[in-house]
Amino acid sequence: MELACTDEEEEFRARLREWLAAELPGLPPKPDPLDWPARRAYDCGWQRRLYDAGYGHVHWDASPTQRLIFLEETERAGAPYVGANFVGLLHAGPTIAAEGTPEQRDRWLEPVLRGDEVWCQGFSEPEAGSDLAALRTRAVRDGDAYVVTGQKIWTSHAEAADWCELLVRTDPDAPKHRGITWLAMPMDAPGITVRPLRTLAGSTEFAEMFLDEVRVPVGNRVGEENDGWRVTMVTLSFERGTAFVGEVVACRRVLGELARTARKNGTWDDPVLRRRLGRLGAEFQALWRLTQWNVSEAQASGGVPGTGGSVFKLRYSHARQELYDTAAAVLGPEALDLAREWNQDRLSSLSYTIAAGTSQIQQNIVAERILGLPKGR
Amino acid sequence: MDFRLTEDQRALKRGVRELLDRRFGRDALRAAVDGAGPAGAALDRELWRELGAAGFFALRLPEAAGGVGLGLPDAVLLFEEAGRALLPGPLIATHLAAGEVPGAAEGAVVVTAVDPSGLVEWLEAADVVLGRAEGVVPVRSVDPLTPLHRAPVSGGTTGTAETAETAETDPASREASLLTAAEQLGSAARTTELAVAHARTREQFGQPIGGFQAVKHLCAQMLVRTEVARVAVYAAAVTADPVEIAGARLLADEAATACARDCLQVYGGMGFTWEADVHLHLKRAWVRAERGLAGAAAEELVAASL
Ligand SMILES: Cc1cc2nc3c(=O)[nH]c(=O)nc-3n(C[C@H](O)[C@H](O)[C@H](O)COP(=O)(O)OP(=O)(O)OC[C@H]3O[C@@H](n4cnc5c(N)ncnc54)[C@H](O)[C@@H]3O)c2cc1C
Repeated sequence: MELACTDEEEEFRARLREWLAAELPGLPPKPDPLDWPARRAYDCGWQRRLYDAGYGHVHWDASPTQRLIFLEETERAGAPYVGANFVGLLHAGPTIAAEGTPEQRDRWLEPVLRGDEVWCQGFSEPEAGSDLAALRTRAVRDGDAYVVTGQKIWTSHAEAADWCELLVRTDPDAPKHRGITWLAMPMDAPGITVRPLRTLAGSTEFAEMFLDEVRVPVGNRVGEENDGWRVTMVTLSFERGTAFVGEVVACRRVLGELARTARKNGTWDDPVLRRRLGRLGAEFQALWRLTQWNVSEAQASGGVPGTGGSVFKLRYSHARQELYDTAAAVLGPEALDLAREWNQDRLSSLSYTIAAGTSQIQQNIVAERILGLPKGR
Repeated sequence: MDFRLTEDQRALKRGVRELLDRRFGRDALRAAVDGAGPAGAALDRELWRELGAAGFFALRLPEAAGGVGLGLPDAVLLFEEAGRALLPGPLIATHLAAGEVPGAAEGAVVVTAVDPSGLVEWLEAADVVLGRAEGVVPVRSVDPLTPLHRAPVSGGTTGTAETAETAETDPASREASLLTAAEQLGSAARTTELAVAHARTREQFGQPIGGFQAVKHLCAQMLVRTEVARVAVYAAAVTADPVEIAGARLLADEAATACARDCLQVYGGMGFTWEADVHLHLKRAWVRAERGLAGAAAEELVAASL
């Protein structure tokens, strides 16, 4: 049981820290969150800098500990987060790396790493959310292409994306988990209509996507036909297992800033609030330790993150909401001013117990897959 | 970085669990509870010596001094198992006194200590009492296996700035808090296990109750609480950092008390009986939660570090 890093890992950290210190001051200002072309350019520009400096690959080829150090250091330095590259870097990419053919890896991985191509995730449908396997978007084989018709919803970053990791039904007669296929769909194909949806935070983070006889080459299929559910489980384990790691570091930073604000504006003198901050301190420290534990496990088993990700996601999503509610308590009436720091984040935090599988679904997963309780009502 | 148990640590944990199963299994636990008179339970001196012989108290003494030469993380695993088995006695005080009070390391001498809260566990069974025990009065302890006395304390009870300060500066008090957290962790893990086993087998409406989501979600939350407390306690043992220990105490106290409550719920009416072990876990968790660095003081200590 140890938390110390090896000399090699510490060297990696030191080099990265030095590079970040040199690189960050020259970064352009953050774009308007409603301006997608600008956001895409900003996020991809950052990814390109990382790539040129040799850090583009870090989410895939580096050891889990190095990846952890990368997320810790970039967050600590206040570097941009993955942003529009979230899906490509953190789950579509790793899925293709794990399940794709050599040609597919050659075709898709490099552009993601260079910040040239952005991905989105087309899993959810209006009638298939928590019950994802109930999805109905059809794909019918026609020569060397699948012809796809249906509707997707809540597709994050769809406006900015070049590619979509798409789940389609290829065998409507098979049991629902068996007839699904995982496709990489080019977003500029004829027949795709993207209609942005406005989130409760006022932003256009996600969109509806209408698919009308969209032709997707058969060569874009990752995994076998009708074996998409298994591939999806790989994707989801990345989504829940590792994708939120960097954010824990961010939350710890926010908590520190919150304590400083409370000391300045006098709310620190309220013992109830002060102890609430103390409890959050313990909580985020433990979540960081849980991350290190999960990463050590993944490193030892040499692969895809395990169900420990569900334990993490359940606790983290609630802790994040508690953090921003506490921020609102520190701010008082200023919590109603969207121009004040943290208030946009407070709104965004509301999605964490829903996106990537609701808390109820995560509890089912923990109970059934870890504790072995029977499936049932 | 490899934040997992080593092979040796796994073996240590297994060994202690086997020893406690053999020497203080469920029958022994219940016999001790049933044998406890109004003045509380009697301490099993023979068991105490056996624990001593197994290295329970001398674990962290250097080998040159006749100890086992292991560290705080190993001690945490030991006390986690003790908490799981509801092993009674002033274990932490004796463990911490090994090397200072002659005979403690071997389990020949039972040592207890006056807690900052004013509570003294196992006063009458102890050979040596550390701290000022003048004027103590007996308490009708909520936990049948932890006889308690209470010393008059000046000012507030638990959660004072003073306890937070002692916890930060005094290594012994820091270690006592951490080992208490380890016991709480063991208890949380055990009640989670008991609840899950019950939920798998007890049937209602023609199916195991564990198939009902309301029950399933209780169990899932028990596991989440336990695992978050586990990493907090293990990491605090590695760093021995006072703030991290305080945080671990918060999470472990919460895990032990909340998991026992949830376990009771999953057990239904059976959970409310004296026969089910659930109440023993809950009562011991309450006693431990008052020891050393209790809730409010721990929260203050972590807050001060932000
Ligand atoms: C910000 C955000 C971004 C997203 N991005 C994407 C994306 O990029 N791509 C994508 O494909 N999807 C995305 N999603 C969709 C997300 O995965 C779904 O919203 C989520 O899985 C829940 O599905 P639903 O919205 O249909 O809710 P429903 O499934 O209708 O659930 C509604 C309520 O019922 C509960 N419920 C449902 N089934 C059960 C059950 N069996 N047991 C107990 N309770 C149950 C849920 O917990 C929830 O409280 C995003 C969502 C959000 C909020």
